[in-house]
Amino acid sequence: MSWWAIIALAAGSYGFKAFGLLGLSRVELRGPLADLVRFLPAAMFAGLIVQNVLADGTSEIVVTRALGVAAGGLAVWAKAPLLVVILVAAGVAAGTRAIL
Amino acid sequence: MTPADVPQKPAARGPALRDGLILAATVGVVGVVFGVLARTSGLSLAKTCAMSLLVFTGASQFAAASVINGGGSSVAALGPALLLASRNALYGPVVARFFDDDSVPRRLALAHVVIDESTGVGAAQSERSEQRIGFLSSGIGIYVFWNLGTLLGATVGDFIGNLEQWGLDAAFPAVYVALLAPHLASHPGRVSALIAAAIALATVPVLPIGIPILISTVGAAAGAIVAHRSDLVVTSAQDSP
Repeated sequence: MSWWAIIALAAGSYGFKAFGLLGLSRVELRGPLADLVRFLPAAMFAGLIVQNVLADGTSEIVVTRALGVAAGGLAVWAKAPLLVVILVAAGVAAGTRAIL
Repeated sequence: MTPADVPQKPAARGPALRDGLILAATVGVVGVVFGVLARTSGLSLAKTCAMSLLVFTGASQFAAASVINGGGSSVAALGPALLLASRNALYGPVVARFFDDDSVPRRLALAHVVIDESTGVGAAQSERSEQRIGFLSSGIGIYVFWNLGTLLGATVGDFIGNLEQWGLDAAFPAVYVALLAPHLASHPGRVSALIAAAIALATVPVLPIGIPILISTVGAAAGAIVAHRSDLVVTSAQDSP
């Protein structure tokens, strides 16, 4: 990733935050646009999960990765702390790889 | 850094401060994971640390690093990262209520730490003074721990070499699952996620990395339509902030 891309991302990220705090707080964002932005994280995280699970690797790597993520998902569902979620996902993926 | 390492003493000053600091330490661990991912994606130590110092919105940083890791270009990385960052604008009006007496320069400084967690901890408090403490302790605390974690991960990342050997390639999507979970509480949120996942499943194998995530945002439009429809039926169907 180039420096200009990092600077652009930094400027854009700060721009959104400052616009929200100083600009958007003066007007009430309502209607379909507000809903769209509200559900953007749900859609993007779901997309990111799929993309990351299917990312490059042999089928064995992808399957064991999916198993790790599924185990992490169970930990999330059980309301485990984030650190536990990370350790469970990594542990199951690494463990099943060692066995297979 | 684990939550147990957080000094116990400040707890006496109220739940907002304690909640903020415990959360900060936990997010610091995710910072370590980001540092490792960024370094193994080919980012230099300076670029990795600059991301956490200047961009400071975790999901966007992960998204950018994931695209780079998958072989995508800088431009391909920017799209999803900026789209994810746009949600922080929606937190502004929530946070503005805690700081409506503060000067403009001060609010411009505070803007940098307007993220999911700080907004959430602030909004979870009932008194205005506690809302301020909750926002500040989690926002500033996370900034410190996120950057320390990134530095640690970026340094260690050099020696880790093969992510897959440690199962760390499964840890990144698991972090996304944790971030996704609160959005699944509402019906439109679930619709958004389900449709986005289906789109990603269909497009990831055939399109360049980064593009499927942009297309999967169509899921949010589906969620918005569902929310709009239920608004028509039930007038007070307003969920989360």
